[in-house]
Amino acid sequence: MSTLEIRGLKVSVDTENGAVEILKGVDLTIKSGETHAIMGPNGSGKSTLAYSIAGHPKYNITGGTVTLDGADVLEMTVDERAKAGLFLAMQYPVEVPGVSVSNFLRTAVTALRGEAPKLRTWVGEVKDAMEALNMDPSFAQRNVNEGFSGGEKKRHEIMQLELLKPKIAILDETDSGLDVDALRIVSEGVNRAKASENIGVLLITHYTRILRYIKPDFVHVFANGKIVEEGGPELADKLEANGYAEYVSA
Amino acid sequence: MTTLTTNYLTPTGREEAWRFTPLKRLGGMHDGSAVVADRHSLSFVGTKAQGVSFELKPASDAPVLSESDDAIVGRIREAGKDVAVLTISANTEVADPIILGRSQGSLESAEFSRVQINVQNHARATIIVENTGDTHLAEDIEISVAAGASLTLVSLQEWSSKTVHAARLHTVVDRDATFKSVVVTIGGSLVRMLPTVEFAGPGASCELFGVYFATSGQFFEHRMFVDHKVANAKSRVNYKGALAGDQAHTVWIGDVFIRAAAEGTDTYELNRNLLLSDGARADSVPNLEIETGEIVGAGHASTTGRFDDEQLFYLMSRGINLADARRLVVRGFFNEIISEIGQDDIQTRLMDRIDDELAKAGA
Ligand SMILES: Nc1ncnc2c1ncn2[C@@H]1O[C@H](COP(=O)(O)OP(=O)(O)OP(=O)(O)O)[C@@H](O)[C@H]1O
Ligand SMILES: [Mg+2]
Repeated sequence: MSTLEIRGLKVSVDTENGAVEILKGVDLTIKSGETHAIMGPNGSGKSTLAYSIAGHPKYNITGGTVTLDGADVLEMTVDERAKAGLFLAMQYPVEVPGVSVSNFLRTAVTALRGEAPKLRTWVGEVKDAMEALNMDPSFAQRNVNEGFSGGEKKRHEIMQLELLKPKIAILDETDSGLDVDALRIVSEGVNRAKASENIGVLLITHYTRILRYIKPDFVHVFANGKIVEEGGPELADKLEANGYAEYVSA
Repeated sequence: MTTLTTNYLTPTGREEAWRFTPLKRLGGMHDGSAVVADRHSLSFVGTKAQGVSFELKPASDAPVLSESDDAIVGRIREAGKDVAVLTISANTEVADPIILGRSQGSLESAEFSRVQINVQNHARATIIVENTGDTHLAEDIEISVAAGASLTLVSLQEWSSKTVHAARLHTVVDRDATFKSVVVTIGGSLVRMLPTVEFAGPGASCELFGVYFATSGQFFEHRMFVDHKVANAKSRVNYKGALAGDQAHTVWIGDVFIRAAAEGTDTYELNRNLLLSDGARADSVPNLEIETGEIVGAGHASTTGRFDDEQLFYLMSRGINLADARRLVVRGFFNEIISEIGQDDIQTRLMDRIDDELAKAGA
């Protein structure tokens, strides 16, 4: 049983005109087995929240705390956060030229498990993970995200989620750019990971269609750098019908 | 030999061709002060396949194949009594790579060495030159790839840390012949290579790949020249370098000359440098001179950058620590070129050496 606790998180980015505050005090608690959806307008700070939890160097933490089972996440290096059990499926996965998917995955799994996986079982493990997400085996020999289509990048992220088995996963617009079939395949991947590892999920999205596959326990409305409303799954339907006007006009 | 000639041959450092090179560190190979030993360190490794010969010939039996105005080449030609000649006879297809090695060197004296490689009509071969140990070496390597022939040349500078190596690697590529080279420079104190290509017949093509990795105090210079003097030839140049540590210095010059007669030329050259720490310097100068507009294409690009933070973040967010993430990125950067060698054992050895250099540099 794990708990990711975010309290009063404030984050700024450096710009030519000095620091700009993006997150203005975020409070959120995610426990194993729970699924939280975050919905909110473009530019409201959703990715900033995701990246700040993962430790991207661009974001300066100016206030608040983030803990995982009591351990101070903000004190950890990026790789330590992953080792502690955090995973971020990125909105824009990064291309790493010259590094094959297979080499990348083996290096990551070795780092996370503390020892190199047994070659024979590992090859099968990767093959199964790729098959489950309908990815051609040839992807293993390709360079990480290089030349992948938008949808292929997202599948690759969820394949990593299944292989790396985190405690808490943050999915930043994993559904964007997916066709209907891919949306179902990717959602099934997330649900498999939830079922087998009882992970907690923070799912950032603009659309309710993914919530038909991945059922949220809680829905949070994010606007102007903070959570402005919370509710159950019915809140998502209300947002889809009415938009964010009532949250941003103020 | 007259004093006049000697003066003419001695670079001062103001010449375009010498403006980056630290002349003081050349061991006197450029100004006549080096003690030249009668050394022939180049050896043939393994057994010679059918149609392959390697012998030392008197200079009179191996006249030069090309002009050169390089001062060191001039001195090698003045001094050289013998020429090491490797010949692949016409229509011979050599299955396994031919390996030449240099390892018996010396820092007490310099070796001035002339080498000729003749790949005769329609022959095909891969030649790997492995340079290891410590030495002072000045080389004039001339290669002829005759009509319809195909040569892959892998030139590996895996020197120890004190070596001074100045080499011209000149290839004449004839009608419909193809030449591919992979030049790797990861060892030595000072290495100055002149990989140059001259097209002698239409339909000729070359692919020139290279990687260099300089750490603290190392100077590696690669001064390319591709001479499109005939029609319908194609050239590709792709050199990648990384630098780590104080006073690491690399120079890449890419001169491409498309003469008036060279209609239908297709050329592109690329140089990318990765600066892994402060205090290192990468000079990169692509240079295209075009005398005819009737060409297929001509372009060049040169970039020098640091580690990409986004790449490092992505790798680290999967649990990979900073040192390993950097190693992956550097390996990835070089992999594109190293994989062109096509010999797994050599590729693994080079990547391991690159890892070692990176670890030593603490970058
Ligand atoms: N370097 C920067 N300079 C100025 N503003 C920045 C910088 N980086 C981020 N921002 C701003 O921070 C805000 C939050 O961005 P963020 O990517 O977190 O939004 P988001 O909620 O994920 O939006 P979307 O739904 O479009 O993905 C945006 O207004 C963005 O322009
Ligand atoms: Mg976003």
